[in-house]
Amino acid sequence: MLTKRIIPCLDIKDGRTVKGVNFENIRDAGDPVELAIRYCKEGADELVFLDITATNEKRKTLSELVSRIAQNINIPFTVGGGISSVEDVSVLLNSGADKVSVNTSAFKNPQLIADMAAQFGSQCVVLAIDTKFEDGDWYVYLNGGKVKTETKALDWAKEGVRLGAGEILLTSMNNDGTKAGFANDITKLISENVSVPVIASGGAGTMEHFKDAFMKGKADAALAASVFHFGEININHLKQVLRNSNIEIRL
Amino acid sequence: MIAIIDYGLGNLASVQKALNFLKLENKITSDHDEIKSSDFILLPGVGSFAHGMQNLREKRLDHLLSDEVLGKKKRFLGICLGMQLIAETGTEPYENPGLGWIKGKIIKIESSNLRIPHMGWNSIEVRQEDYLADLNHKDFYFIHSYHFVPEDEKVVAAYVDYGTKLVAAIQHENIFAAQFHPEKSQGAGLTLLKNYFEKC
Repeated sequence: MLTKRIIPCLDIKDGRTVKGVNFENIRDAGDPVELAIRYCKEGADELVFLDITATNEKRKTLSELVSRIAQNINIPFTVGGGISSVEDVSVLLNSGADKVSVNTSAFKNPQLIADMAAQFGSQCVVLAIDTKFEDGDWYVYLNGGKVKTETKALDWAKEGVRLGAGEILLTSMNNDGTKAGFANDITKLISENVSVPVIASGGAGTMEHFKDAFMKGKADAALAASVFHFGEININHLKQVLRNSNIEIRL
Repeated sequence: MIAIIDYGLGNLASVQKALNFLKLENKITSDHDEIKSSDFILLPGVGSFAHGMQNLREKRLDHLLSDEVLGKKKRFLGICLGMQLIAETGTEPYENPGLGWIKGKIIKIESSNLRIPHMGWNSIEVRQEDYLADLNHKDFYFIHSYHFVPEDEKVVAAYVDYGTKLVAAIQHENIFAAQFHPEKSQGAGLTLLKNYFEKC
């Protein structure tokens, strides 16, 4: 059977891995390539790299980093951050990325999702959605969580899939960095309403949280950063614990 | 030398990296003379069927590859889209002819309760052991929305159980092709590549 995926996420700023709490208070977590190699050895199923400071000038730097990562790991990885055109996607895929995630640019120009899917196939188009629970519902946020929209996360997820997104990376801003567990309610709601895989993100603190993301949140994959970066949870150990809980896991 | 066919689609660098790791001589190329003088042909690829065939035709690689693989019986390895293109017919996004080396059709995975794309690590059930003897029930990385339905089940080298049974690999004479990505499947993937190219 298809296994549930454990995905370490590396937020990249100026070529270094960083991690913030609730999208703020960013601190250094090491060299991304070294971390990527370590996660590969520990049994990570995929990796996600998000360039949180990506700008036009830095795009070249990102593609060079992607090449270095691709040369050093043998599991699939997704790259995101500041991608706004089919040309950007092409550069990253040619540098060795397997999937590319889009967020703000796709929200502002949904046709980008359709164009990416037509050119490269849905399987490499990841729609990243940052969402926050406010006034009784989950709303989409843009620009790394800085700009609120009036669009509900569920509506945007459905629309993104209709346009051709092959996967949803759902990050709860309320949970991110809190280590209090994933936002299983919104994850479940979206998971049950779209046909593509959903990655739960934001809030991992314990091994139990990952189990909940799969069992309660109905996620296909769970993504985390700091618990892995700072050695609080070992991926191999986590996967053994999950398998002992009767979750389909690759060991 | 293994010719990794460059037709403007797919993650060529990852395939090359895996071959380099195994110290297998290879070259990324679309040059007809280089392909003719190679010992093996590896067709990778990510993207739509129609786009793949169009690119092969534009580089006049469709006839060349058929001559090499069907005519000269050169050993062939297809990966993902590179597996699908050897079918007679594709349907992504509309019906159009493939290389036609294996009788069958590429159709969309249809299911009301399954996630499409089929994405992630899934174990395979081996049917032909030549290159997969030690890999039965091992997990490989899959990422696809379409699947190969061969006319003759005898060409199936492995299945994958995704709630519904899909073809994971095909083997026929000098042709081997995988729906999964051996170059992204860590130890299991490297074992398959090693098995395939070392037994040649």
